[in-house]
Amino acid sequence: MAPQHLPTVVVIGNGMVGYKFCEKLLAKSAAFNLVVFGEEPRVAYDRVHLSEYFGGKTADDLLMAPTQWYHDHGITLHLGDAVQEIDRASQTVHSRGGLVQPYDYLVLATGSSAFVPDIPGVEKAGVMVYRTIEDLEEIKAAAATSRVGAVLGGGLLGLEAAKALLDLGVEQTHVIEFAPRLMPRQIDAAGSAMLQSKLEALGLQIHLSKATASIGGNGRIDALHFGDGSILEVDMLVISAGIRPRDELAKLAGLEVGLRGGITVNDQMQTSDPRIFAIGECALHGGMIYGLVAPGYDMAEVVASQLLQGARAFTGFDMSSKLKLIGVDVASFGDPFIAEPHSRSIVYEDAHNGVYKRINLSPDGKYLLGGVLIGDADAYSMLLQTVNNKIILPPHPEDLILGARGGEGSDSGSNVLDLPDGALICSCEAVTKGMICDAVTDQGITTVDAMKKCNKAGTGCGGCVPMLKDLINGTLTAQGSYIKNVLCEHFDYSRQELFDLLKINDVRTYSAALDQFGAGDGCETCKPAVGSILAGLWNDLIVKQNVIQDTNDRYLANIQKGGSYSVMPRMAGGEVSPQQLMTIGRIAEKYSLYTKITGGQRIDMFGAHVSDLPDIWEELINAGFESGHAYGKSLRTVKSCVGSTWCRYGLHDSVSFAIEIENRYKGIRSPHKMKSGVSGCVRECAEAQAKDFGVIATEKGWNLYVCGNGGAKPQHAQLLAGDIDKETLLKYLDRFMMFYIKTADPLMRTATWLNKMDGGMAYLRNVVVNDSLGICADLEAEIELLIKNYHCEWKEVVENPELRKQFTHFVNAPKVKDPTMKFETMRGQKKVAEW
Amino acid sequence: MEAATAVTWLPVCKTTDIPADGGACALVEGEQVAIFNFARRGEWYATQNLCPHKQQMALARGMIGSAGETLEPKVACPFHKRTFSLLTGECLNADECAIQTYPVKVEGDDVYIGWA
Repeated sequence: MAPQHLPTVVVIGNGMVGYKFCEKLLAKSAAFNLVVFGEEPRVAYDRVHLSEYFGGKTADDLLMAPTQWYHDHGITLHLGDAVQEIDRASQTVHSRGGLVQPYDYLVLATGSSAFVPDIPGVEKAGVMVYRTIEDLEEIKAAAATSRVGAVLGGGLLGLEAAKALLDLGVEQTHVIEFAPRLMPRQIDAAGSAMLQSKLEALGLQIHLSKATASIGGNGRIDALHFGDGSILEVDMLVISAGIRPRDELAKLAGLEVGLRGGITVNDQMQTSDPRIFAIGECALHGGMIYGLVAPGYDMAEVVASQLLQGARAFTGFDMSSKLKLIGVDVASFGDPFIAEPHSRSIVYEDAHNGVYKRINLSPDGKYLLGGVLIGDADAYSMLLQTVNNKIILPPHPEDLILGARGGEGSDSGSNVLDLPDGALICSCEAVTKGMICDAVTDQGITTVDAMKKCNKAGTGCGGCVPMLKDLINGTLTAQGSYIKNVLCEHFDYSRQELFDLLKINDVRTYSAALDQFGAGDGCETCKPAVGSILAGLWNDLIVKQNVIQDTNDRYLANIQKGGSYSVMPRMAGGEVSPQQLMTIGRIAEKYSLYTKITGGQRIDMFGAHVSDLPDIWEELINAGFESGHAYGKSLRTVKSCVGSTWCRYGLHDSVSFAIEIENRYKGIRSPHKMKSGVSGCVRECAEAQAKDFGVIATEKGWNLYVCGNGGAKPQHAQLLAGDIDKETLLKYLDRFMMFYIKTADPLMRTATWLNKMDGGMAYLRNVVVNDSLGICADLEAEIELLIKNYHCEWKEVVENPELRKQFTHFVNAPKVKDPTMKFETMRGQKKVAEW
Repeated sequence: MEAATAVTWLPVCKTTDIPADGGACALVEGEQVAIFNFARRGEWYATQNLCPHKQQMALARGMIGSAGETLEPKVACPFHKRTFSLLTGECLNADECAIQTYPVKVEGDDVYIGWA
């Protein structure tokens, strides 16, 4: 036992905050005689994660520390024995069990109880509150025999309780809220609406602006009667209408309490009796009760510091919070409600994915004041830090909620490593960024779990864990090497950077690009990449600079095993006339070509000698064909189903639309090839969802899907916009395609492009549909130029003797064909001899 | 060029037959020879046209360029991008055997290959 001369500190209440006070005081000094009274039968447990009790966690899992911990630290613990009187004159407390305990300092951590409104019938069986483990056990028992449950209160705790009912398998769960929206204290109206629709989709039935007049039933609840006369039949009711500070003991002792409850304290957490402190949810500071754990912990720290003559004071606390409600992210930070003229807001709303984000900026746009995040709160920690550290915002603050767009400086201000060392990352445990980074560099911490052990960061509410991860990884990366995404050894730029440079400087040839922005003599990587950029900028004739093209683009045909080439004329939408079929048959026979229908619904002719290519194409062009660009990194085909012209299920004319799309974008070079499809109904015979962009007819118009892929890593395309008309669809396609052409890496298909894009589909949709970057007018103008500059490259070659001359195998013997080329016969057609 | 005495200079084609910073194939004494006009550096190179990787007559259609700080001139086969030094014929990015290189000289607008 502690020696007699040590000052005795008595703590009333063994909740999270009461426990935290003991921990904090002991960490500072052992020179106290610490006595704790707890009303509940068990030691302090984690109330924040109470709902996990239904998820399989036991009461023991939720304990802040086992009973042994109190013993090991010399704390005298009286559980299940409530203090019923404080005698300030004799400085003693009297417990219900008859104990009389003197104190030098008294800390009231009595917490709060659930507020139960005075509604007739609340005393009936089947009506309960959501507060303690005992409450949860009662709810669990009731849920087992209930079909319909209701929760009174649509605030944070109410929705937690509703989740509990869902988890317990209550068939119908209703949430009753008096206010016109959910979580009225934390989030704005639009955010509430988004949250509501997400929760409704998950099976909750939500009733707003509902005043409960009485609770019906004979001894046991059977219905809720509302002020508007309506009735809801229920089997059980959980009341979660707010909290009431437990101040009765203080009141009895003559301490000052607030009009609406709460023990009045000053910045040192002292009550009107300087030897008595109050912390946590029972304390009323600056007219406010703090119903979160983090400020409670801060109060505990203040008192521990006071007892050691420290100077820490409590000056209010940020009520920002982030939580997952029934799988939906909900966060609010700083001042979520501030509006014009004190602030300007940026709002991002995506009803399709149920995402709502609002950030409030200072009127000059320099600082972040607060905001609301629903559906996707990944940015929460960073945004909160930006508010708390008064970080100057980047020029495009919308990046903060849309994700960075890549390129120069676009992520400034949103990088966790840019925070000052003093930035508080874990507010529950008061761990700063500097402490976390030091733990990585000096103590070799590499995981969040190790960090938790090291300095307790992330052990409270857990909200900072994503940021801990980023800080650990970021610090580790900073120690190691940094890999820049450049084209190759000759160009120290990414494709996107070079695209912008060549555009701004009006560079039109590879040599000029290499002279101005490169080094050395180039290579097989940067030549076609720059070729692709130049084509994406100006769409000049590709054969004008044929030595920088891969062989397919150099010879405008696909090289095959053995060195022969294949020839593929365009058949937009897969439509071909009998005359055209006969022309192809005749030409294939004449030049001895193997023919096959391709996956893209057209006919490929294989086995052409390079010197025959111009002659073959001359005949094709005379018959009305044009290049199919099968050799280019460009749009290949737009596959179509037969559509409404023939098919009895078809909703719209998919063939005509496919032809229109294919002809619009034909020949335009992109970072990689692009494939497309148009289906006339949801049966999806054109497999549009496996394409870089695909279109499917709906009753109301067309759905546009983008960034799908067959190939080695199949990936379904995602919906970019639904039920839109043709004009809108082409407009979005224009923007989408040009954005891809400008920003993808060399040889990166659209699927990978999207997968690597910060913010993913939501971001892409915002750029293309909502013009969030303000670049759509440019994108449309740029692609219009490319469309306008379309040539059939083969027509140009056929008509130009100089270009035609290049299609020989031997420059000094143009008539001689490569004698090493060998063919065999298979199923009546020729094939290449094996290599 | 030390080897000059040992070779016969065969006129093969005109300078204009080979595209600037590109290559073309010529038939020399029944052999396929790839000739490269490295116009950017004012240099000419010649190698066998056969890529040893998959035995394809294709090197003349490959892209040329330079590698490393020494600016080693190289050609990349269009089939699978094996690259070979135009100076030594050595394969630079895989374990293929080296290719044959030939001396080239240009007089007026005539291109000659040194044949051993």
